[in-house]
Amino acid sequence: MAGATDSDLKQLPLHDLHVELGGKMVPFAGYAMAVQYPMGVMKEHQHCRASAGLFDVSHMGQVVLRGGGVALALETLIPQDVAGLPEGRQRYGFFTNEQGGLLDDLMFANRGDHIFMVVNAACKAADLAHLRAGLPDAVQVDEITDRALLALQGPMAESVLATLNPAVAEMAFMDVATLDLNGAEAWISRSGYTGEDGYEISVPKDAADALARALLADDRVAPIGLGARDSLRLEGGLCLYGHDINTATTPVEAGLNWAIQKIRRSGGARAGGFPGADVILDQLANGAACKRVGLRPQGRAPMREGVEVFAAPEGGDPIGRITSGGFGPTVEGPVAMGYIPADMAAPDITVYGELRGKRLPLTVAKLPFTPANFKR
Amino acid sequence: MKFTEDHEWLSLDGDIVTVGITEHAATALGDVVFVELPEVGTMVSKGDEIVVIESVKAASDITAPVDGEIIEVNEAIVDAPSKVNEDPLGDAWFFKVKVDDAGDYNAYLDEDAYADLIG
Repeated sequence: MAGATDSDLKQLPLHDLHVELGGKMVPFAGYAMAVQYPMGVMKEHQHCRASAGLFDVSHMGQVVLRGGGVALALETLIPQDVAGLPEGRQRYGFFTNEQGGLLDDLMFANRGDHIFMVVNAACKAADLAHLRAGLPDAVQVDEITDRALLALQGPMAESVLATLNPAVAEMAFMDVATLDLNGAEAWISRSGYTGEDGYEISVPKDAADALARALLADDRVAPIGLGARDSLRLEGGLCLYGHDINTATTPVEAGLNWAIQKIRRSGGARAGGFPGADVILDQLANGAACKRVGLRPQGRAPMREGVEVFAAPEGGDPIGRITSGGFGPTVEGPVAMGYIPADMAAPDITVYGELRGKRLPLTVAKLPFTPANFKR
Repeated sequence: MKFTEDHEWLSLDGDIVTVGITEHAATALGDVVFVELPEVGTMVSKGDEIVVIESVKAASDITAPVDGEIIEVNEAIVDAPSKVNEDPLGDAWFFKVKVDDAGDYNAYLDEDAYADLIG
């Protein structure tokens, strides 16, 4: 397969394990990654929803920010409440640009004397430069390159991980903790990107292989590739950066209002003060012209990224486009997300996607397509 | 049975050619979730894209390997696309073409040559 032997592709710390497990390696964000294992995308997806799946997400950027005033300083780059985040808690956030667009989405955690951040692989170099340019000299920005990042997701994730350390069961959704796992110091958060309960686990590279094997030794755990990771997050209604969100989409258009806490909005104690605040605060108050919605093809044909959306079965200009789409194994049918005008963004409205020259009906649907299964 | 370089198989019975995809193709595609077949009665020419097949990963086309008229399509794989992964060389055939000339059929790869191709 193309690219699998490209010499300029970087290898993940668990590369040998992926190959040993029969992973089909493809290039992704500059890394050789497993798109699927012999189980196949469909069964991997179903296994994660029913039991537990292990994902290697070591390609993502891990960043530590430390120094006096780091929380307030970070608030100049992201519209989240950083200063009010208690120690041991994590939040979803995003870097914005001056136009109110999204530079990347991320997770950040208050780990006491520092903030730990996880960013997308394709954006990490730009994110690091953005942090270094935007934060005062008193804040130290360090990329963590000596740790792997694993995710264990699914309804059995808690009972599986608890066999290595029972303390993980005490964590609530979006809690973070430093705990021993299999003899290694793990930075654990109870979070993920599948819509399922689970954990994201940062461990020293040299301990990652043993930890992954210890988890896979449990019959309830199967390795999950990029293919199922994508269908899981799509059913979960979660944005994929570079597809559903980018520099031309604002958080309000993307339906990410919930991730901007009141204290950063108009009337809040620390309102604004982040790039693009004028645009974003105005849209929070008055709405945006278009909105990200769920779209369910009424027929069986999947509609994927790039399909243009129309208001009527014939004529007219496109009103929007699909940004992610495919087959949802849990939904047992095609699912998609895309942007359409806000005045049409109501559940059960029918719009039309143009596929291979034919306009096929899509129903505007609430997200997520599958209910979130978080342990609040 | 004959094979194309595009991983279709063909079998000939009189002047009827039955077409499906190979095990190799089904495995490479991954779980098939959607199949769109041509209408019975359609006249097709070699190379026409007449079937759309979608897996969890991507959409692909299947082309007509011979000239002729579509006389039957396999609705069972439209209703249950996973059959394509389960039995690509048997129950999950795609369509049958009535040909004027079996010459096209004979020009395709035999089993050994196809095995070498996918090596």
